[in-house]
Amino acid sequence: MNIKFKQETFRDDFSFQNSPEAIRRFPFPFHEDKYMYSVNMEPHVPGSKGHAYETLIDVDEHYISEMADRAKVLKEDPLRCQALPHMMQAQWDTLELLMEQMAEGYPDLFTLTRQADQWHWINRPLNIDQKFTFGDVTTLPCEPMEYITRQSQGDFCIVDQRDNNLWMDAGIATTQADWSLDFDIGMNFMEWHGPVPLAHQMGVFERALKFLLNLQQGKPVRRLNWTMTINPRLDTSPENYHKWGSDRMTVTPENVGQKVHLRCELQSLWRLPRSNAILFVIRCYLLKMGELVEVPKWGRRFPRVLKSLPPELVDYKGLTRFRDMTVEWLSKYDDGKPTSPGIYPD
Amino acid sequence: MSINTDMAVRVTAITQVAESVKRFRFERLDGKPFPVFPGGAHVVVAWKDGGMIRRNPYSLMSAPGDTSAYEISVLRVEKSRGGSAFLHEKVKLGDTLSLSQPVDLFPIDQRGRKHIFMAGGIGITPFMAMMDQLSKLNQNFELHYAVRTRTHGAYWQELTERYGAHRVKIYCDAEKLFIPTEPLLGAQPLGTHLYVCGPGGMIDGVLGTARKLGWPEENLHSERFLAPPPGAPFTVKLTRSNKTVEVAEHQSILEAVEAAGVDAPFMCRGGACGQCETNVTACDGEILHHDHYLPQADKASGKKIMICVSRIKGKEITLDL
Repeated sequence: MNIKFKQETFRDDFSFQNSPEAIRRFPFPFHEDKYMYSVNMEPHVPGSKGHAYETLIDVDEHYISEMADRAKVLKEDPLRCQALPHMMQAQWDTLELLMEQMAEGYPDLFTLTRQADQWHWINRPLNIDQKFTFGDVTTLPCEPMEYITRQSQGDFCIVDQRDNNLWMDAGIATTQADWSLDFDIGMNFMEWHGPVPLAHQMGVFERALKFLLNLQQGKPVRRLNWTMTINPRLDTSPENYHKWGSDRMTVTPENVGQKVHLRCELQSLWRLPRSNAILFVIRCYLLKMGELVEVPKWGRRFPRVLKSLPPELVDYKGLTRFRDMTVEWLSKYDDGKPTSPGIYPD
Repeated sequence: MSINTDMAVRVTAITQVAESVKRFRFERLDGKPFPVFPGGAHVVVAWKDGGMIRRNPYSLMSAPGDTSAYEISVLRVEKSRGGSAFLHEKVKLGDTLSLSQPVDLFPIDQRGRKHIFMAGGIGITPFMAMMDQLSKLNQNFELHYAVRTRTHGAYWQELTERYGAHRVKIYCDAEKLFIPTEPLLGAQPLGTHLYVCGPGGMIDGVLGTARKLGWPEENLHSERFLAPPPGAPFTVKLTRSNKTVEVAEHQSILEAVEAAGVDAPFMCRGGACGQCETNVTACDGEILHHDHYLPQADKASGKKIMICVSRIKGKEITLDL
């Protein structure tokens, strides 16, 4: 695997873009021409080469730039990374899992050497060489979850399991689709999903919770979630709404291809071994409309999905101001032909 | 459809640790390390018994961080369905069995400022792993362990030596010593969590006392595993797989269904986790709900059954499976 890391930005001049390979490996979240909430979870097993599912913790061409953006967000707002005191074992579990998966998936980029509790971690893309004692916080520059997630793409929540519920008791969120860790920390599964429309009535959360309470070690699961973002901005947080909310007013028929992005979250859930907590990885991928239509199947399918979306979802996902314009722009790529089932390009 | 992550293991030690209690040590055939597990977790042990596969859950009692081997301790139960008798009498050094991934239905509440463990008999096993984990984290715990006689009680000596008499208290029925539940639970600091594992009557008694003393429900934890009780044979019709299966006297519905080649979901096989909840389409007879999972209303409705431990008194049940 030979990844050419990009130098690019997710703010100010927004120089982010996807290479042709990155477009084809995008985890396109629609397996048919319409969308509705469901408990769409499947085993998180390695997928085909050249897709975001290829390894279980995906590292791509945006890695170095995403980590630089995370560092900026954390510097401005340290509360984006929080862990309640009882989550220390789960933090170590998380560090172990991410280091193991990255070293296994990308041996040319990351190396983990262990002798009992004496660990040695090498991260070549970020020029990190760290020796530390597993379990001893004082041997790392910061707490273990923050340490490893400053080196891992995506947001991370560690949820504690007790009283037949899941509790968001630790996490880091700098690439989030308009939710706040600082607001949600300490909440249970039903509480933090409170704002989602329609799904509650469908019983989706009861079923999802029951399923996750039984999540087993060694059998991670995944699902895809999505929204849309104007400009390739990773940090669309409630805390910074004043910086990005008005972006939605800037879409014109001329700039849809460049400005409007499909934002997909590849969410994976892992049972952690020492703490019995669950690690919830929310990995964000951005795809410009101009890039999406490079894959003819997606160019046909996405306008159909957008057109048929229930109004509650259009509002909840914040698409109201630019949906029609985007559908209009995309429809020249939809020749009305049928699409093949599944998410992959033809 | 479940992905198979079971581990093939070899029995590398069998130790008689007390009257009727044997410890089994397992190492992986592929030489890989076992997963680290949380104290309180169990594995489902599977073996071939004649033509059929038996599966029984056992708490892991080895050190959770020791990835070289897993250990369980098994009490030889009178009127055994076959599980404990098979392990005690048939399994020999070098035999191969299969273990599931660890599953923790009896987790430590990580918020606890203090942890009190109350064990009765073989109920000691999950606490051995939990104490090992907590002691390495320098956390505050106490064990109160009731045994029938000193020779029946497993591990009480080594636990006392390892953790000290201030943290390990032994109560021996034969010496008329019993856990002083009421004064003990009445004098604990806020933030204490209580964990009970042992015979059903003991669990009910201890939890009842705790509730009476005003302990919050969130601080009370218990684990009771059920062996599927034997009963009369009956017939199961499976609508989705279009099969008819006979359930024998010493067999659970789950075991019968598996023997017929149907892949039913399961995890604990002890009526606790909820994974094998199955919809009942019709029932010619009375469902005997033996699980600790279904709410009373679901049991009364007759529309759901936990096929790992529950069965019917009657002729035939039709399941959505």
